Amino acid sequence: MSQKNLSSFEIRAASIWSAKADYPMRFPSFLTRISAGFPSSADDFIENQLDLNELIIKHPAATFFVHVEGDSMLQAGIQSGDILVVDRAVEPCPGKIIVALLNGEFTVKRMIRETSGKVFLKAENNRYSSIEITPETDFQVWGVVTYVIHRAQ
Amino acid sequence: MSSTAPNNLLFALADCNNFFASCERVFDPSLHGSPLVILSSNDGCIIARSNEAKALGIPMGAPAFQYASLIQQQNVIVRSSNFALYGDMSKRVMRTLAQFTPDIQVYSVDEAFLLLEKENVKEYMQKIRSTVLQWTGIPTSIGAATTKTLAKVANYYAKKYVQKEGVFFLTPALEQPILKSLPVEEIWGIGRRITDFLSRQGIRSAWELRNADDLWIRKHLSVTVLRTVWELRGISCLELEEAPAAKKSIMTSKSFGYPLFDFKEIAEALASYTARAAEKMRGQESSASYLEVFLLSSPSRDEEYYHNAVQMILPQPTDYTPELTHYAKEGLQAIFREKILYKKTGVMLGGLVPKNNYQLDLFMAKNENQEKRDGLMQLIDQTNRQFGRGTLKFAAEGVKQTWKAKKANCSKRYTTQWKEILSIKLK
Repeated sequence: MSQKNLSSFEIRAASIWSAKADYPMRFPSFLTRISAGFPSSADDFIENQLDLNELIIKHPAATFFVHVEGDSMLQAGIQSGDILVVDRAVEPCPGKIIVALLNGEFTVKRMIRETSGKVFLKAENNRYSSIEITPETDFQVWGVVTYVIHRAQ
Repeated sequence: MSSTAPNNLLFALADCNNFFASCERVFDPSLHGSPLVILSSNDGCIIARSNEAKALGIPMGAPAFQYASLIQQQNVIVRSSNFALYGDMSKRVMRTLAQFTPDIQVYSVDEAFLLLEKENVKEYMQKIRSTVLQWTGIPTSIGAATTKTLAKVANYYAKKYVQKEGVFFLTPALEQPILKSLPVEEIWGIGRRITDFLSRQGIRSAWELRNADDLWIRKHLSVTVLRTVWELRGISCLELEEAPAAKKSIMTSKSFGYPLFDFKEIAEALASYTARAAEKMRGQESSASYLEVFLLSSPSRDEEYYHNAVQMILPQPTDYTPELTHYAKEGLQAIFREKILYKKTGVMLGGLVPKNNYQLDLFMAKNENQEKRDGLMQLIDQTNRQFGRGTLKFAAEGVKQTWKAKKANCSKRYTTQWKEILSIKLK
């Protein structure tokens, strides 16, 4: 644990609960019986089954799911009824789609910074206008949208 | 008895500010800045308050109805407890804290002790606090010192003095002024009785207690208090414990939403509580050797309480809900009396043994159905975990369950039920 250089402190995955998996654990199934003598050459190629959680959840403690309705983010590929994967551990920066609190209400927008330095919350649909964020605005980032789950049919 | 903590390490206590209220605020920002109280199951007592509610003078643990008019006048927002949410948020907070050190002891739903290196500890604690706040939305206070008891003091200061920014390192140099101004009842482990006793001896501050004579403490109080005194002196007597031991008995009991006198309804409630206790027991892989059923009446002014309990020894240790329910019901039959209004029933599963580790009775037939039973219980537990508690129930628990406790203003289970996640309108 390095406290000397705080900008890159070491993160240790610590297990503090007894082995009750929060997420399904996949175990490789053996293709051949283990018997004394001759292992199969296929054994070298056994891999883990794919787990969706591994793909989309990078920070389990900071990840939340949000259901959305409406069309203001269509051009970002977010459709009404989709579920967003929101990660609060990701640093919000210009260009990212964020869940935010604007005047105390939840909203989903893309955060934009213009060359002038001004910051805006932009919808991804021409029918909706952008909102400028100034130090006086009642605005707070809630989390960054990392994935959009859309049902195909 | 004593051992000093390694020189370069400190104990830190991190705890969440107004935890239940803070959990509600993460998902309902309209609650920010408002007086808010959380009620116990059955909407009975106030079990959590936001700072604004505290400022109105609403005390912890008060029956909700006593403060009904104040609540209405001051527009205090009321929420029923949402333990599914609080439990999940607690896990998230602890998981986040665990990123910073492998040495962590989860002490309660919203508190954890950590071992941190001395170097740059203040900045490190600030980093921990801001990370927990960003990742989970929960504000915390963190205090560090050379012993656990002093870390609790440091945490108290971190919370109390806003200018501390939520973190405080109680250095040896600061111990004297701080302990001098700290009343003895604020010390971890010193309760009302001991405070009164010490006060009669002229010991009122933590500093005075720290300087008390060892033999005198040992003689008039206890070795536990002596340990606390040594801890106040900076000598660590309490080590960072590891995973908590499995419970030795599991009890589930609840007051009914309104008093009952019908045997059938009470039996349904009891079956439900038994199922719940059994689920918890299976979670720690134990089986019960006996169970106890109890009943408590709800007497009118002139009547006496009727309180009875019975112990049922089970023919062999079991974790099979239908079997436990059967014996619980038999127990209830034994203690049930007609024409009495009952307030509460409960079951305690006792004599817990590790599931596969009991001695088979010579005369006991081998249970061929054991595998089937295990499979059934596993399926039920899994389904209930996935779809929410109570999805699969035994018929004995009743379908309508009119006896269930009230929960008038419960927020959604935003993090444990797909149907209840946050929903945002895009506009």
